[in-house]
Amino acid sequence: MSTTDTAILRIDNPQVAIEELNLFYGESQALKDLTFGIPGQQVTALIGPSGCGKSTLIRCINRMNDLVDGLRIEGAITINGENINDPSLDVIELRRKVGMVFQKWNPFPKSIYENIVYGLRIAGIQDKSVLDEAAEKCLKRAALWDEVKDRLHQSAMGLSGGQMQRLCIARAIAVNPEIILMDEPCSALDPRSTGRIEDLIRELRGEYTIIIVTHNMQQAARISDYTAYMYLGELIEYGPTQRLFTMPEKKETEDYITGRFG
Amino acid sequence: MAKNIQIEIEKLKNEIVYLGTAVQENLQKAVKALWEKNPDLARHVIETDKAEIDTMEISVEEECLRLLALHQPVAGDLRFIVTVLKIDNDLERIGDLAAKIADKVILLHNIDPVKFTSDAMQIPEMFNAMFAKTISMFQNTMDAFVNEDTDLAYKVCLEDDEVDRAKGAIRREMEEIIMHDPAQQVYLAKLIGVARSMERIADHCTNICEDIIYMAQGKIVRHHITP
Repeated sequence: MSTTDTAILRIDNPQVAIEELNLFYGESQALKDLTFGIPGQQVTALIGPSGCGKSTLIRCINRMNDLVDGLRIEGAITINGENINDPSLDVIELRRKVGMVFQKWNPFPKSIYENIVYGLRIAGIQDKSVLDEAAEKCLKRAALWDEVKDRLHQSAMGLSGGQMQRLCIARAIAVNPEIILMDEPCSALDPRSTGRIEDLIRELRGEYTIIIVTHNMQQAARISDYTAYMYLGELIEYGPTQRLFTMPEKKETEDYITGRFG
Repeated sequence: MAKNIQIEIEKLKNEIVYLGTAVQENLQKAVKALWEKNPDLARHVIETDKAEIDTMEISVEEECLRLLALHQPVAGDLRFIVTVLKIDNDLERIGDLAAKIADKVILLHNIDPVKFTSDAMQIPEMFNAMFAKTISMFQNTMDAFVNEDTDLAYKVCLEDDEVDRAKGAIRREMEEIIMHDPAQQVYLAKLIGVARSMERIADHCTNICEDIIYMAQGKIVRHHITP
């Protein structure tokens, strides 16, 4: 894919810059020559059919692919100008800066309160008043406080699916990340819980950079500022969501988002 | 799901083209009724507008709303359905204007026909030219829609000024006659009404063509087309 392609929007001063990124699982190439920038404090959606490389790509952004056998990466990903594949980089610090929310909620088998403060505790914060304040702030930020404030010390496993997913978002923001990666965060939720997560994503936008993988086209259209359409490891089109969903430049994009293909 | 919406869109296209054809036929009949001073044909035009055209308009609108609700279309499909929804409304208004012309034919029939007293008066020729231009604009509008022909749509938009000028010329000519022969005012005022209806039909054709350009190119050109 040529970087001068008009269907690929060029972002000035991107927070995340992906440059000529190629990724191989053994002999098989999963990402092909990706070059594009993701702006800070905006929501960017990655869409495309299964196997197109969306999840592989976001897992590169906090180096979640590091432990995959036979995986090889060429090219560069920089966050705020810093190459995240630099061997001297502290991966723990990277993952503090780049949080992640998965398709299936994964709270720790601990209390609601402990889930939120876990990251702060391992960062060395012990002061109870600081932890209490952080727990309240993050639960409020994740629109969960009113529902759980009277049972903070009960197990998180007793929450509903939608509440657990919001708890995971609260846990992600507790360590004050700059970027939150979301891999299909609503695919296992009912429409009402999905609506609450989408409201939350809209509220967090402006404070955090959110990169979300979704198979739900309407969700990408509703919540994102920018959308990237990927197919077979290539970036086909990238631009403002409103433009991409009303007047895509590429026929391949049009065919996918209108359901004619994929 | 995906194949479904393509079939539904094709069906919707056929329905709106069918409505356009019915409106065009009714408009031509209204003009014919005027020239032939035929109140029976005029009544038929009014009846067709109420019984068929208005019903078709509602049916197309319901179909558009159903597709929007059930398929949540995007990109070209969304632009097509939104355009059809707007064109549907314009076609219904053109249908109403044809019925209005037919209404004038019935009223004119009950008034003593005007006697043109000067060779210099060009009223029938002026009307003929205006009708021909407006009906050709309408035909081109429907062709532009069917073929997604934006060049033709732009051409129609630019022709609107010609119809506006034709209406202005007819009105001035008639006011001149009325000044010299006030007895003809009642009759001629109704003919001015006919010219106004034709001019508004041309305006609706322009609206439709602007929507066709949006449908094909995703650009909203309304208020920006100048000769």
